[in-house]
Amino acid sequence: MSNINVNNNSPLGVRGKYHLDYLDQLESESIHIMREVAGQFERPALLFSGGKDSIVLVHLALKAFRPGKFPFPLVHIDTGHNFQEALDYRDKLADEIGEKLIVRNVGDTIKAKNLTEPKGKFASRNALQTYTLLDTIEEFKLDACIGGARRDEEKARAKERIFSVRDEFGQWNPKLQRPELWSIYNGKIDKGENVRVFPISNWTELDIWNYIKRENIQLPSIYFAHDREVLEFEGQYVAMSEFIQLEANDKVSVKKVRYRTVGDMTCTAAVESDASSIDDIITEIIATKTSERGETRIDDKVSEAAMEDRKKNGYF
Amino acid sequence: MDLLRFITAGSVDDGKSTLIGRLLYDSKSIMIDHLEAIEKQTKNREDGEIDLALLTDGLRAEREQGITIDVAYKYFSTPKRKFIIADAPGHIQYTRNMVTGASNSELIIILIDARKGVIEQTRRHSIIASLLNIPHVVVAVNKMDLVEYSQDVYNNILIDYAELAKQLGIKDVTYIPISALDGDNLVDASTNLPWYEGDTLLNHLENVSIADDINLTNSRFPVQYVVRPQTEELHDYRGYAGKIISGIYKVGDSITILPSGVKSTVSKIELGGKEVEEAFAPQSIILHLADDVDVSRGDVIVNDKDLPQVEQELEVVLCWMDSKPLTAGKKYLLQINSTRVRSVVKDIEYKLNVNTLEKELNIESAGLNDIVKATIKTAIPVAFDSYKKLRVNGGTILIDETSNVTVGACMIQ
Repeated sequence: MSNINVNNNSPLGVRGKYHLDYLDQLESESIHIMREVAGQFERPALLFSGGKDSIVLVHLALKAFRPGKFPFPLVHIDTGHNFQEALDYRDKLADEIGEKLIVRNVGDTIKAKNLTEPKGKFASRNALQTYTLLDTIEEFKLDACIGGARRDEEKARAKERIFSVRDEFGQWNPKLQRPELWSIYNGKIDKGENVRVFPISNWTELDIWNYIKRENIQLPSIYFAHDREVLEFEGQYVAMSEFIQLEANDKVSVKKVRYRTVGDMTCTAAVESDASSIDDIITEIIATKTSERGETRIDDKVSEAAMEDRKKNGYF
Repeated sequence: MDLLRFITAGSVDDGKSTLIGRLLYDSKSIMIDHLEAIEKQTKNREDGEIDLALLTDGLRAEREQGITIDVAYKYFSTPKRKFIIADAPGHIQYTRNMVTGASNSELIIILIDARKGVIEQTRRHSIIASLLNIPHVVVAVNKMDLVEYSQDVYNNILIDYAELAKQLGIKDVTYIPISALDGDNLVDASTNLPWYEGDTLLNHLENVSIADDINLTNSRFPVQYVVRPQTEELHDYRGYAGKIISGIYKVGDSITILPSGVKSTVSKIELGGKEVEEAFAPQSIILHLADDVDVSRGDVIVNDKDLPQVEQELEVVLCWMDSKPLTAGKKYLLQINSTRVRSVVKDIEYKLNVNTLEKELNIESAGLNDIVKATIKTAIPVAFDSYKKLRVNGGTILIDETSNVTVGACMIQ
């Protein structure tokens, strides 16, 4: 059937040298999706958080568009509660690759819109990010936002399309999703609407780490084990910071920890770890019995449908 | 390690979600917090068993109604393979979701309840598998525990299904007797089924030969984006970015740009920023041509040795996916890979009864979930292959220009 000479005894299998490893297949799929964004939209942006998933997105964009410039700026919605290490990394990366970085602050939105600062022990601005994101989309007339969400993270995300259409209020309607067939992406929208695009939908946490290792991608230092002053709260360790309201019985101690995800200081928990290299981290992840979001996100535990509800309201 | 995408067809009653839950659970791909969450939800149940089905129902409406509505994607891996499961609903009112999940799958697991045998639903799922040209079919005869692990029951189902497969032209079928609830033959071989000598389901998923599923013969390269740095040192740089959907490209290859028909030669191939002598499907690359020719998004660069069809009239079998019906004479955008053109559905030849394969003639419109044979005329010529020959260049979607929604999935005949 095939006119290619392949050696069936080859250790690489019947396709011989024409065989792609699963990471190569995932990489190619993601590059293809990014280029569809470049081809289909007028004013796209890449949402960059400083976390490992968006760092991988930038790496994929380099492979998709170099030696050309990115056809989109990097956009960071800064809650003001970010880890300094992640912010430093962000600035350094944007500088090194010479791409445009747009930063918009949730604090500014709170002032301008007279919003109420969240209260409570771990007053998280995570939910308020949506306001700033939607304002930024409007300010730059963005028609597509590339994000680093993965389907393995959460049940509602497992059902989201790669091209996920949002209405003019940024809302996701899970019942009105467009069918997505083959590798054909329909990004056609009306003015005012926008599409969230998730190129690494099909990657798992472990795929991301294996890829980071293979491609030798540098990460912010907080992903590796370090000593940190943490507050123990319901079995999770939350970094001590000015944003946390201590109470009388709170137990603060120094632990050796690393971050499995990097979000806000107020809603991301650290895990106890000695992992000082990517290899160590991969070993720990293979052995772990708790999911990424379950172990590190305080904000998903509110209800069974917490993520679904946030997405419906325009969350990323 | 390679990658296998598969779809599971069946309804909750057939134990589909239980099967997926088992595969995830037994391959240790379920995390404790996810398990705790479903345990919490199962507490009210009388039997007290964990309902693994709850793992796959992600939306609130699905949990409330106890059914799978939308396609969910699940992931697990073994040391041999990474697997992506498209978990699609099995009921007829969700045919479009199953078609969606099937479009990217290389293998389908069709669940048959051992007590019921080959029923209407089995036929429907198999017809869809054959229309979508899924290369590998696994017939999992489930609930063997409820027929006392009877080999006769199993064999009779095999005979019935073989007849159906022959009728539909399905070639690669593997049969496995299982009990999803108890885990018989899913990951570990079952002691309850000593007469069965084949692989367990997971074993089969790990070892089924998928290397030939990617076509290396017919070279197709749809251009997605033109990379032009326009800097001083890269003043003349003009690279065509895209994914090789099939075949192999080598420096020096004689190529044709379609639909224009202009010819040139491959002068350079870049893969992840590095120059390479050749590249193959499904790699994403940047291709350079020796001549200064007009190439833009939507064009397809193909090897001269093997050209696709370039025509304005397409015979298709299509699955209608919109609540507003399809009527002959309506205009839609047709998208095939990165090419989008105006088109009109000229006429509808027949509607396929997905339960019986019967053709209903004299049809003027098609409703949600209907599968029809139709003729589509495009505003300009389109480069395509028949879906049977080359899946990646024979599937197209129809987009409603007013609602922007994807309303149809077409398999070009």
